[in-house]
Amino acid sequence: MSVADAGQAAAAPVLELRDARVEMDGRTVWSEVSMSMARGEFVALLGANGSGKSTLLKAALGMLGLSAGSIHVLGGPPGAANAQVGYLPQRRAFDAATRLRGRDVVRLGSDGARWGVPLPVPRASAIGRRRREESARMAEVIALVGASAYADRPIGELSGGEQQRLLIAQALVQRPRLLLLDEPLDSLDLPNQAVVAALVARICREAGVAVLLVAHDVNPLLPYLDRVVYLAGGHAVEGTVAEVIDGETLSRLYGVPVEVLRARDGRLVVVGQPEPPAHHHDRHEHAHGHGHGHVH
Amino acid sequence: MSEPTLTWNLARDASEVLEYHFMVNALLAGTLVAVMAGLLGWFMVLRAQTFAGHTLAMMAFPGASAAALIGVAAAWGYFAFCGAGALAIGWLYGGRTRSWGEQSAGIGAVQALALALGFLFVSLYGGVLGDLENLLFGTFLGVSDGQVLTLALIAAGSLIALAALGRPLLLASVDPDLASARGVPVRGLSIAFLGLLGLAVAATSQVTGVLLVFALLVAPAASAQVLTASPWLSLVLTVAFGLLIVWVGLGIAYFSAYPAGFYIASIAFAMYVLARAWARVRDARGARRGAVSGSERPEAGPPPVEGVIA
Repeated sequence: MSVADAGQAAAAPVLELRDARVEMDGRTVWSEVSMSMARGEFVALLGANGSGKSTLLKAALGMLGLSAGSIHVLGGPPGAANAQVGYLPQRRAFDAATRLRGRDVVRLGSDGARWGVPLPVPRASAIGRRRREESARMAEVIALVGASAYADRPIGELSGGEQQRLLIAQALVQRPRLLLLDEPLDSLDLPNQAVVAALVARICREAGVAVLLVAHDVNPLLPYLDRVVYLAGGHAVEGTVAEVIDGETLSRLYGVPVEVLRARDGRLVVVGQPEPPAHHHDRHEHAHGHGHGHVH
Repeated sequence: MSEPTLTWNLARDASEVLEYHFMVNALLAGTLVAVMAGLLGWFMVLRAQTFAGHTLAMMAFPGASAAALIGVAAAWGYFAFCGAGALAIGWLYGGRTRSWGEQSAGIGAVQALALALGFLFVSLYGGVLGDLENLLFGTFLGVSDGQVLTLALIAAGSLIALAALGRPLLLASVDPDLASARGVPVRGLSIAFLGLLGLAVAATSQVTGVLLVFALLVAPAASAQVLTASPWLSLVLTVAFGLLIVWVGLGIAYFSAYPAGFYIASIAFAMYVLARAWARVRDARGARRGAVSGSERPEAGPPPVEGVIA
């Protein structure tokens, strides 16, 4: 690859949506959504519950299809490059009785999707070498997230913050170029939110991984964000924090008067956004027999 | 020949037991069951599907009575109904995870229907299902060579299938969303696993009886998982516990007037209780050691790590 080509590849967006539209159960979740993320950017995807944030991540992973527009992930269609995309699904904490070590959960990120059992092979062979590299990578990534002290304990026994760190390690173990995190700060208390936000920012900066982090509160992320995408009322706005989290912009997006207040310590509070339309929305249960779509 | 009596010379007792072909067959069958049920049970316990497993075991009842009604060998009935049950449960609940309450209610409904059908077939058959005792408690001490062979073939088949599916199944069990994102067919695996379980249950309950199958599916795996969270160690322990239960149970039953099933089930239960007690003692000791060595550190941030990150 020539220098010019390499430069162009580096400049190509890792994630790009153009006029994308998703429908679920006959309802339009969002439409005319355009955004683009460059290599190594830290972008937050914000919006109220039910605005379709998780849906956007799933569309980027190829788990949902678009009704209009296009998505390109790492230059290709969604789903094609999933090996280079780290994904942290939205979840509640692991069942306290889950009998699997943290270390094993991270390992599942590395080879969990492979069929068959690992047979014993000679250490010097290609497979043996690759296995040693994988073990080394696992240890490295666990140390990176600061979880070495408790990686061998059953994951069900760990606190929310500890579990979240191991799950981030799981998403990182295959050296992804894009990291999609669905509400990782959701079930954490404030100090842990700050720690995990700082960790993600550090990974983003030092590894050059582009991060799209879904959150419903922008404040823990404020010191680290490059840009923000705000989903509301079926549409999206993209830009810097100052451009997007602004009374006028959000009022236009929601269609009702919305105010953004700035506290003395710099935190932002959005006031006046309407409640999302009433579908049965329980973020932690993933199925209902009713005919409502699951809009996340 | 005098009544067999247990002496303190275990080696002599063991060789006496092994003199009889029926005991050898029982031990062979028991070993195969312990391995197969142990490994499948490990996944079943991990996936919290013990109620589904129990329902599949109960399917043997309408299976046996339908076979008697139609006039075919009982084995066909077992396989047909356990297989159908597995498909029904897998199809209903193999997809997006429903709340556990909803799942267990639905599976309970399936089980109720199965038992009702069983009674219907028995009454249509016009009489007492003479083999009811065999159905429930098995014929461990009357296992034929043919049955051992069938069991061996089915055990080999399920172990190969489990080896092929094991890792993706583990990922799908622990994290279905991530598994789908990685292209693992979560629903398909769910149905395949239940199918394997149904097959194993149908095969083993012909030998061990419907009630005992469940003990061998649950107790070794549950005990092992209580003791360790490391998957490989846990699997090895599961098989070891299963073998222990079956061999000791059968061995004692040979010398005693009471049925083998009773000993096997009791030892299984005792093993689980011991495992829980051990785990509790270990955790208490660990907690005390932690408290002595220093106060709880507040959750530290990640250390400032230099070096290769990607």
